[in-house]
Amino acid sequence: MSSERFDAIIVGAGHNGLVCAALLAKAGKSVLVLESNDNVGGAAITRSFADGFSVSAGAHLLHQLQPRVVQALGVRVPLVNERLPTISLSGTGEHVIIDEQTATGVSDRDAEAFAEFMTWSGTFAGFLNKQFLKPPPRLGSGRHRDTLKLAKLGLDLRLLGRDAMRDFLQLIGQNIYDELEARFDSPLLKGAIALDAVTGTHTGPRSPGSMVTWLYRLCTGGHVAQPAGGMGAVTQALAARAEALGATIETGAPVRRIVVENGRVTGVDTDDGHIASWTVISSADPKTTVFGLVGARHFESTFVRRIQHLRSKGNVAKLHVALDALPEISGLRPEDLRGRLLLAVSPDAVERAFNPAKYGRCSEQPVFEIVFPSVSDARCAPDGKHVMSALVQYAPYDLKGGWTDIARADFLDASFKALEAVMPGLKDRAIAAELLTPVDIEAEFGMHGGHWHHGELGLEQFMFVRPVAGAAQYRMPLDGLYLCGAGTHPGGGVSGAPGFNAAKAILDREHS
Amino acid sequence: MTEVHQGRLQTPFYSRFRAVDTLNEWHTWNGYTVCNAPYCADLEYFAIRNATAVFDLSPMNKYRITGPDAGAFLNRLVTRDVSKLRPGRVGYSVWCDGNGKVIDDGTIFHLHEGDYRLCAAGRHAAWFTDSAIGFDVEIDDETPDVAALAVQGPTSFSVLERAGFENLEGLKPFGLVHTHVGSISVMVSRTGFTGDLGYELWMSPADAGRVWDRIFDAGELTGIRAIGTDALELSRIEAGFLAPGLEFLPADETVRSGRSRSPFELGLDWLVDFTKPVFNGRQALAEEQRHGSTWRLVRLDIDGNKPAHNAYIFPRESRNRGDIGFVTSAAWSPVCKKNIAFGTVRQPHGKPGDTVWVEIYYQREMHWQRKMARATVVDGPFWAPERRRLTPPAPY
Repeated sequence: MSSERFDAIIVGAGHNGLVCAALLAKAGKSVLVLESNDNVGGAAITRSFADGFSVSAGAHLLHQLQPRVVQALGVRVPLVNERLPTISLSGTGEHVIIDEQTATGVSDRDAEAFAEFMTWSGTFAGFLNKQFLKPPPRLGSGRHRDTLKLAKLGLDLRLLGRDAMRDFLQLIGQNIYDELEARFDSPLLKGAIALDAVTGTHTGPRSPGSMVTWLYRLCTGGHVAQPAGGMGAVTQALAARAEALGATIETGAPVRRIVVENGRVTGVDTDDGHIASWTVISSADPKTTVFGLVGARHFESTFVRRIQHLRSKGNVAKLHVALDALPEISGLRPEDLRGRLLLAVSPDAVERAFNPAKYGRCSEQPVFEIVFPSVSDARCAPDGKHVMSALVQYAPYDLKGGWTDIARADFLDASFKALEAVMPGLKDRAIAAELLTPVDIEAEFGMHGGHWHHGELGLEQFMFVRPVAGAAQYRMPLDGLYLCGAGTHPGGGVSGAPGFNAAKAILDREHS
Repeated sequence: MTEVHQGRLQTPFYSRFRAVDTLNEWHTWNGYTVCNAPYCADLEYFAIRNATAVFDLSPMNKYRITGPDAGAFLNRLVTRDVSKLRPGRVGYSVWCDGNGKVIDDGTIFHLHEGDYRLCAAGRHAAWFTDSAIGFDVEIDDETPDVAALAVQGPTSFSVLERAGFENLEGLKPFGLVHTHVGSISVMVSRTGFTGDLGYELWMSPADAGRVWDRIFDAGELTGIRAIGTDALELSRIEAGFLAPGLEFLPADETVRSGRSRSPFELGLDWLVDFTKPVFNGRQALAEEQRHGSTWRLVRLDIDGNKPAHNAYIFPRESRNRGDIGFVTSAAWSPVCKKNIAFGTVRQPHGKPGDTVWVEIYYQREMHWQRKMARATVVDGPFWAPERRRLTPPAPY
């Protein structure tokens, strides 16, 4: 391949890899991005899944794309919907509709309580968001800089006010279930929040820490947007921007190995040969990076042990259905289907769906986040036809007995059965269906355990210790090796924050 | 169903020790019952220094490390460069945790190309298994499958030769040889914990009794003695060897910060090889090297003859300025005619040649007495006779 030496090589052209590449290129670095798949985007892509039908194969909505990242890059992200309402579906047609701080279809008391809850949550989410676009301080380093950063963090916390600070410290380890029970009556409202709090994690609403994952989700204000042309359009725009800034992107070019010589990274090996660089930035998850790309022997045992113990088993399946026509949902107009639909009739329903997953089994009655992107964006389906894209929980990565054809068929059946309760006749309208289990997600996107966040978003894998202590500042304990993917602070979701922070950490290090 | 052994285990030499034991003073070592002293610790000690002493070290943890990556695995595990350890050689080393603190020390026997045995005081299966991630290596705890006997002292070479062991003449310190006595296969290494001429014999438990008998038959005229752990403890202090649990606590067993020790803090700088790009503790040790260590291990030559057990160490005779550390092992050394001790002191105190003061407590007819004794920090072991290195060893 190239005999040129690059200032930096980025492994993987997911959104974080691309953000990092663009920022480094903007700073005047020569950057090469190597992507194993034939297109950029990683798990943020739009691809066909049935003849004439396409879908965002991984993430399907934008929750957390950081405005500062967008600004810094000067990239334009095309949206068909800037603000999707959320509809918590009921079998009887009496749905609850949530739009920002307003909940309708609930009692006045609940509506009032909801507005207050969102303001209250927003305070803490705002505090978290302040921490999201900076590398977390290194604890116990004794360095002036880290102490300052930590002091700033403490100050931000204190500036919440005494009561709010107290609340925050209390809620950090708390579960969302108790909070919802204390505040609301409406099962549909509580179910919707409960599901949002645990989506993409291996937790139920009664698990400790589900309060923090709820806040995580709200960090950029809780808006949910639908990109025009699917998620692939977002990463295409990022890739175009990175290239315009001078980065080189090569697809269909898998990195086989990150090469280490004499205790430091010297480049990467691809099928076409060695490419040299003193800086290699992996947007792959930490386990894939350490065990698959570098090799555990190049790290000390303590560090390998931490990476080994990282929790990174996905629990969400992705369901894509090509439809002859939109399903009819009692109480909803066809145009309402442009919104984000949740099927989680109560927090208990979510917790019950989670129960079997603790023991390696799928939910008997899964819970869903559903979108019909074709309602707003005609590009993804032939005329008059539609696409449904759903996140289905829970589908554990290490299913007992494995994800055999029978297991898949059973889970698909269970999913359709649950959906039919609110969308009668859905199955008859289905032309094709694709189910991506965490095992498929792992295979397609190279994420260890098929985990979106490249590692569970738990308190023990948060901020200072994300992914693990000793690598939370994007720099791995191996000279020249960095991480920039969702496994790092702050975590998964199409936010661009890890890629942004990693670039910042790399450039700062060069200056210091 | 396999029977789970609930009581203390017996070593392959148990029956032989029972036969010579008169005191019946035993204790547990690694789950095995071992003898403190079969008849008199003082006399046993003199067998080490003046004749031949035989010590049962079968309870020592022995790990067999094999597979294509055995050498690479060990090299990442321990601080010294194992790639320089040729087959037929034995190397002493320590291994550290991620903070550069010593987990344990031990000896690595390079038995055959790519086939190693690691002997250590502590149990390390979990740490070794985790450290093996990413290496094509097999680690077996072979503690019960290998009987081990230390044969130490100035006449040990002659005794073994007389007993019929072959190929020992050219064996250098820290060398090992696969040999036999009669028809019995035995691996012999020129190693030990006494600082004197001596050997360690490694064999199948089934052969243990017969090997013992041959050695004792051959040694009768040169004063051979079975010895217990008490006598060995005195000789290891003289020899300047560290004891885990005394001179340092295994890093994985300490809870409080600052209670474990780095190799630098134990005077083992020579074991840390920074030319290796990666080994456990490397990053922390490099940092420590830049910023300096907190503690220093000292060997003390103390005035008077009262052993300085558990003594605090002071920079001056007056205690006004506070202590700088404490004694970890102490003894009156009969062979050196010196009051010796190991201690751990805060840097920059304790450089070789420095004078420090130890506060010695002793009891006289129930009443406790205290005295401040002057001590000199010495460099190197207290006892290191030329004969321990001489090859071939002198005959007796």
